[in-house]
Amino acid sequence: MTATTNAPPARKRSHGDRAAPPAKRRSLGDLKVAMIFIAPATLGFVVFYIWPTLRGAYLSFTEYSLLSAPKFNGLDNYHRMIHDSFFWNALGVTVEYVVINIGLQTVLAVGIAMLMYRLTKSITVRAIILAPYLVANVVVALVWYWMLDFQVGIVNTFLGWVGIDPVAFFGDSHWAIPTVAGINVWRHMGYTALLVFAGLQTIPAYVYEAAEVDGSTEWKTFWRITLPLLRPVLVMVLVVTMIGSFQIFDTVAVTTQGGPINATRVIYYYIYERAFTRFDFGYASAMALVLFAILAVVSLVQLRLLRARESDLA
Amino acid sequence: MRKQVSVGRTIAWVLLFILLIVTLFPFYWMLRTAFSDNTQLPGHPHSLLPVETTLGAFKRVLGLSSIEEAQAQGGSGAAVNFWLYLRNSLIVATITTVCQVFFSAMAAYAFARLRWPGRDKVFALFLAALMVPPIFTTLPNFVLIKNLGLLNSFAGIILPGAFMTPFAIFFLRQFFLGINRELEEAAMIDGAGHRRIFFGMIIPLSAAPIATLAILTYINSWNDYFWPLLVGQQENVRVLTVALGVFRSQTPQGGPDWAGLMAATLIAALPMIILFLAFAKRITNSIGFSGIK
Repeated sequence: MTATTNAPPARKRSHGDRAAPPAKRRSLGDLKVAMIFIAPATLGFVVFYIWPTLRGAYLSFTEYSLLSAPKFNGLDNYHRMIHDSFFWNALGVTVEYVVINIGLQTVLAVGIAMLMYRLTKSITVRAIILAPYLVANVVVALVWYWMLDFQVGIVNTFLGWVGIDPVAFFGDSHWAIPTVAGINVWRHMGYTALLVFAGLQTIPAYVYEAAEVDGSTEWKTFWRITLPLLRPVLVMVLVVTMIGSFQIFDTVAVTTQGGPINATRVIYYYIYERAFTRFDFGYASAMALVLFAILAVVSLVQLRLLRARESDLA
Repeated sequence: MRKQVSVGRTIAWVLLFILLIVTLFPFYWMLRTAFSDNTQLPGHPHSLLPVETTLGAFKRVLGLSSIEEAQAQGGSGAAVNFWLYLRNSLIVATITTVCQVFFSAMAAYAFARLRWPGRDKVFALFLAALMVPPIFTTLPNFVLIKNLGLLNSFAGIILPGAFMTPFAIFFLRQFFLGINRELEEAAMIDGAGHRRIFFGMIIPLSAAPIATLAILTYINSWNDYFWPLLVGQQENVRVLTVALGVFRSQTPQGGPDWAGLMAATLIAALPMIILFLAFAKRITNSIGFSGIK
């Protein structure tokens, strides 16, 4: 304990000086105590967040196979990426996944939140719909892998009763991504619904009362009042869930492993393959940096939308 | 008019009921399959009850049955020991949670209750790390852990998450900010140092949010797959999620051991289900806050 609290402050001091320009000459306050309190967290932050971020950016300009030191190769990795059809395929597949996953999930979550809002505040109902979110991705993926099995899965058995031919959910390249997306909708829709539900409760009751007095139908109230007032919450939910959605990996890794014929080789999985089966760390880092940039742009655009609509709340 | 509303409500209740079934059915199906005899499953794909109820699948994945016995019930016969993976998951999740929550609480205290130059800028920097997608830092972190010689060790799996996460600090800081400053000043006048205020006042007053955070951290750590997959492949440190992936990839293409697979997933999921049942209210109520920052 004493070792961890004593060593890092020296590092922290130089950092703190930089963060606080000497322009304002105010007292150092609790600086000494504060340094002790943030020492362990800062150590972890610098070693496992800041340093790898910088190193990752550097590695993206190198050729690095883990065996010898990284060799600087300028923009080669990025040139390669432009001509790598697997990379573009991975991006396309990921976008397809995100569109299906987020589209379906958001619509369902708003629906579920509305249902709960109008019908019941029961904590039991809320707990049940949250349950799938607390089970590991891997577990969820495997349970559905079994339920969606071509030959003996319960879903295909059920489809058989209704008179539909069995579907090769994981084996058919058209179905694979929608299937993976659907599985994760099942896992996340309850969680997302609870976020929306929390947002619904911030809408003051008098707004609805006013609408009712004016004779607005329920359908109209939803589109004209609930949804616009919910927009800030919805955008926030979209930012959080979409960033998560782009990082789909676990489900693919334990079910299709990128197949059939690249149909589910999402960008995370492709980076993983490049780095850990081909030991192509430089190229993998470059792709990770591009993914980082894409996520940053997506979040910024969405947050802009949020700003632009903030007046709705007034 | 009135009648229409009640019809609408009935439909809404039916929809909610269907939703609950869709949510719960996979859990039941996992249970039903885990207690079935794997060789008999294909003959009764839609039996709602376990087929030829047996504990065989559990014995198989816990390494308690002989190879012949396992194969007779449709297992692959490969040696698997989910006791070991269960132990590994317990070790990883427990140490990660204790360290991460404690160190994050310390940092949150410095950000919320102490005055020092540069505090808000450092805090903003910590928060900015939330923007970086994990895979981007994961690659260099893997190189680091490898260079430190910590591949396939608990230290390698635990270290990156042991000190902090931006979210944990943010979450606790919110609560620490809300604690009445007069209490703190009174304690100061009585001669209490920061250490005593932190341990004797801040932590006890924030027991509820700290517990909530600890539960969420534990669940996340337990469910994590990507990082332990990279650094903890070897049997002696393999956690449940990684073991499930291995078990699935080992199942023969022709007649997979579905019962064994479901028994294994049940073993992996059960501790979290129990944790959830025990703290359902607390976890559920935390969602609105923790999700939207």
